[in-house]
Amino acid sequence: MLDFALLVQYGPALLRGFGVTILCWGAGCLIGMALGFVLMLLRQLPVKPLRWIIRAYIEVIRGTPFLIQLFLLYSGGPSIGLRLEATTAGILGLGIYGSAYFAEIFRAGYQAVPKGQVEAALSLGMSYGSILRRVIVPAMLVSTIPAIVNMMAILTKETVVLSIITVPELMYEMQTMAAETFATFETILGMALFYWLLVEVVSRLGRRLEARATRFLTHASPQGSSSETATARA
Amino acid sequence: MTAVSQTATPPRATVQGDAVPMVSIRGVGKSFGTNEVLRDIDLTVNKSEVVCLIGPSGSGKSTLLRCINFLEVYDRGEIRIEGKLVGYSDETPRRRLSNRDLRSLRRNVGMVFQQFNLWPHMTALENVAEALVQVRGMDKAAAAAHARRMLDRVGLAAKADAYPARLSGGQQQRVAIARVIAMEPHLMLFDEPTSALDPELVGEVLQVMRDLAADGMTMVVVTHEMGFAANVADKVAFLDRGRIAAFGTPREVFHESTEPRVQQFLQTYHERNSF
Repeated sequence: MLDFALLVQYGPALLRGFGVTILCWGAGCLIGMALGFVLMLLRQLPVKPLRWIIRAYIEVIRGTPFLIQLFLLYSGGPSIGLRLEATTAGILGLGIYGSAYFAEIFRAGYQAVPKGQVEAALSLGMSYGSILRRVIVPAMLVSTIPAIVNMMAILTKETVVLSIITVPELMYEMQTMAAETFATFETILGMALFYWLLVEVVSRLGRRLEARATRFLTHASPQGSSSETATARA
Repeated sequence: MTAVSQTATPPRATVQGDAVPMVSIRGVGKSFGTNEVLRDIDLTVNKSEVVCLIGPSGSGKSTLLRCINFLEVYDRGEIRIEGKLVGYSDETPRRRLSNRDLRSLRRNVGMVFQQFNLWPHMTALENVAEALVQVRGMDKAAAAAHARRMLDRVGLAAKADAYPARLSGGQQQRVAIARVIAMEPHLMLFDEPTSALDPELVGEVLQVMRDLAADGMTMVVVTHEMGFAANVADKVAFLDRGRIAAFGTPREVFHESTEPRVQQFLQTYHERNSF
C-alpha cells in the first residue's frame, strides 16, 4: 500500500525544500538572463577577440554537463580561492549555465529586429541607448518570450542537480525522506508532482506574458478592412 | 550632358544666410566592393525646393538618398547639409563624426521610408511622441500634445490610439510623416514613400507630401510617381548606373531631354502604365 501520510508528516521539510528550489531557480534565471543579455550586447561590438571569448564561453557551457560545471564551481572553486556556500554556488552555477542559453536566445532576438525600425530611430537622431531601450528590447521580447519561458521551464528541472552539492532544496529533502522511511515510490511521485506544478505555473505565466507582449499585434488585419471594426470598438 | 548645379561657389560652413544651399553634394562616389554604385554625383538642393530622384531600379537613387543622412556611408566626395559636412569631420579629412555629432545633424533631417518603419509596439501617438521625448527632451504631456497636432495635420487625429497593425498602409505612412514633421526638420528625405502601397492608397500620401511642399518644406524624394515628379518637383534628377544622367526642371527632363536613357526610361514607364 502507498503511504501518502508520509508526505504530510514530511510536509514542512518538503515545503521548505520547495521554497529553496524556487529561490535558486528564480535567482538563477535572473542572473542567467542578465548575464546572457550583457554577453549578447558585448557580442555586437566590433571587437573580434571579445567575440571569440564569448563564443568559446557559450560553447563550453553548452557543451558540458551542468553537474560538472557545478562541481568545478563548488569543489574546484576553493583551489583558486573561491569559497562559496552550497546555495550560493548553486544559484551562481544555475545563472552561469543559463546565461549561455539566454545569450543565444537574445542574439537570435536581436538579429530578428527589423532593420528599418532601427534606421527610423537613427534617422530621428535617437541615441543607441534610447534605441536599445525603446525599440530593440521591446521588439526582441515579442520574438523571444516563448524561448525564454521554455528555457526557464528547463531550468526548474536542472535545480535537482543542486542536491548533489547539498543545497537543501526539494530533491535533497525528498532524498532525506526516502532514506529515513524507505518509501521510495511515494517520494518520487510526490517530487514529480512538485516539479510538474512549478513547470505548469511557469508556462501558464509565460503564455499570459506572451499574450500581453504581443497584444498590439492581435486583431491585425490587412490594409483598409480594419477601419470599420476599429471604429466599432472605439 | 552632365549634372548642372545652380551655385557656382563651393559652399562653406562660414557662408551666411540663404546663400548656403540646404544640401550640397560634390563629387560623391560609393562602392560596394568592386561595384561602383555612385559615381561623381553633383547635386544642389536649395531651401524650400523639392527635388525628385528618378531612374531605373539599381541606379543608385536610394543609396544616394541614404548617404544624405549617413545611413549609408559614402566613400568619395562630400555632402553638406546647411554647410555642415555629413558623416565626416570638417577639420580632419575622412575622419568619422562622433555619434553625438551625427545625431545632432540627423535631428534636422527627417526620413520617410518605403516600408514606413513604424514601431509596432507603440500607438500612432506614441510613435510620433517618442523622439520628441528621447531626442528633444520634451516632457511626456507636451510631447503628446504636440504629437496629436501633427497627427491632425496628416488627417489622422482619430487614429491616435491605434497600433500600426490596425492601420492601412496609407495611414501608416502618414503617421510616419507625422513622426518626422513633429521634429521640425529643415529637410525631409523620402525613400519611395508610395511604392509599398496599394494603388488606391497612394493618393492620400502624395496629398500630404504636396501640402508639405506648399508649406515650403525642402524635400528630396526618390519616387516612381512620375506625375508627382512632374507636378510638384522644382528639379528632377535622372540617375542611371550611379550617375546623374539628366538634371533640370521637370519640363527639361521629361519633355526636352535628348538623353536616350531618359527617353527609354519614360517610354517603358508609359507602356507599363497604359492600358
